[in-house]
Amino acid sequence: MTLITTPNLDDHDGFYAELLAAHRGLSETQGQALNAQLILILANHIGDREVLTEALELARQR
Amino acid sequence: MPYDYKPFPYVAPPGLSGPEPRHKVIIVGAGPVGLAMALDLATRGVPSVLLDDNDVVAMGSRAICWSRRSLELFTRLGIADKVLDKGETWSVGRTCHGDDEVFSFDLAAEPGQHLPPFINIQQYYIEEFLAERALADPLVDLRFRNRVIGIDQSGDGAHVTIRTPDGQYGLSADFVLACDGGRSTIRAMMDLDFEGERFDERFLIADIEMKADFPAERWFWFEPTFHDGQSALLHRQADDIYRIDLQLGWDADPEEEKKPENVIPRIEKVVGPDFELEWVSVYTFQCRRLRDFVHDRVIFLGDSAHVVSPFGARGANSGLQDVDNLGWKLAAVLAGRAPRGLLDSYNRERVAAADEDIRHSTRATRFMTPSPGMERLFRDQVLALAGKTEFARGWVNSGRLSAPCIYASTGADDPMLPAATRPGAVVPDVPQGNGWLLNRLGTDAALLAVNCAVPGGLDLPVVEMQVNALVRERFLGDAPGALYLVRPDQVVAARWITADARTVSSAVRAMWEGRE
Repeated sequence: MTLITTPNLDDHDGFYAELLAAHRGLSETQGQALNAQLILILANHIGDREVLTEALELARQR
Repeated sequence: MPYDYKPFPYVAPPGLSGPEPRHKVIIVGAGPVGLAMALDLATRGVPSVLLDDNDVVAMGSRAICWSRRSLELFTRLGIADKVLDKGETWSVGRTCHGDDEVFSFDLAAEPGQHLPPFINIQQYYIEEFLAERALADPLVDLRFRNRVIGIDQSGDGAHVTIRTPDGQYGLSADFVLACDGGRSTIRAMMDLDFEGERFDERFLIADIEMKADFPAERWFWFEPTFHDGQSALLHRQADDIYRIDLQLGWDADPEEEKKPENVIPRIEKVVGPDFELEWVSVYTFQCRRLRDFVHDRVIFLGDSAHVVSPFGARGANSGLQDVDNLGWKLAAVLAGRAPRGLLDSYNRERVAAADEDIRHSTRATRFMTPSPGMERLFRDQVLALAGKTEFARGWVNSGRLSAPCIYASTGADDPMLPAATRPGAVVPDVPQGNGWLLNRLGTDAALLAVNCAVPGGLDLPVVEMQVNALVRERFLGDAPGALYLVRPDQVVAARWITADARTVSSAVRAMWEGRE
């Protein structure tokens, strides 16, 4: 399995709004904590080390 | 009762009054690794001279937590009964965040082992038991207050210069084994240095004597209320002695922190007021190793070759696995049974094992003492998640406990057989009749026949296994039968479902040549 980089999520606009809403009212520190937990939760859910490595590489690209 | 440090007798060595004949092996350092090395070689008929610059066992609180694999070696060296009798066996570890337990583990969950996963006992007892054996063994020439002050490898041997209370003398040997610890003088004299990471975080170690009924378990706290924002570790040892490790932070002043008026209030917060302080020290640590452990005729073992953080019991246990790995190889080379190249496999295998220890240890250290910023953020959020979901508990890292390294191996294998006993892995112990498999394996290589005929014409001891459920699970899987070639250090060299004599012979040759 490799990282999916083509559209794969139904209602991505809805998810994006939900992500922002989850941060609403949080301080910057609280927001960072939420993001960190989210990364860890999703990493466990994905459960595929190669995909995670590819995701990290993509995120580090400038 | 505080431990009674009895000095061992110094005897003027023969080398002071005239040249000694060349020795086979000189071992420098009579700590757990040097003593175990001398005794292991003795079980293989190899005499050694064991030099120590001191005349007492290790002072204070050092290695405390000995693994099952180390107990298996202690069984071969004849001290396991004493260790089991004196020590505190444990299998449960508890990890807390703040004052709440986040999760616990029980290493005893694995059935069919007669030795505990870990036993806690002070290093001075281990050294005492090993030294008693060594002093009684005619093949071990143990010399106290013999300090090595020079080493060279000119010609076809290794030569050391030794200082004693009565003057200096020289010795020559085929091999010198440097077991002289983290501050190895042999390493310094040979201008060798460690590579790797250094951690500046300071920790306080205290041994306290306390009549309490804290269970024999490993307790680790992240950010407990009794020790603001730092981590803490508690272990029970023999004689009602408890060991406490407290993180102090990088800016702590070690001399200040060691003062009883500063130590005692800290410990009172953990265990209350009823204890006696036995030992206190402040340390920082490194996760580093020598690039190579074999330097021609000088071979490094234990802390002289590699050092790690103390969380994970990977210091002394790893040193004892060095002994396990080197003993049979060195004995075979000295006897002319194997080529010198077999020693390269010690270097290859134990360097890889040290890297594994260093990797685990570095990761645990980063988790325990994260640098400010993102490292700290993720560490804290793993701890926060561990309180609400199961998966994150496994991510909490207070040290990954010592387990025997599985060596890289290209020995013959069959995919039908279970992964746990693949070539490179230590044979797991299993019940056999009224006893145990590992006790039936001698100090030599062996063939384990599990439900299979052994091809004729092989010059190797054969252990016919009784097949029970655990043997089936660990050695057969779905295969009807299997033949295992086991090295003298109880590591699987190769295995087959069926094999003829030629195939097995060629695997035996590869084993003695130390081929990967």
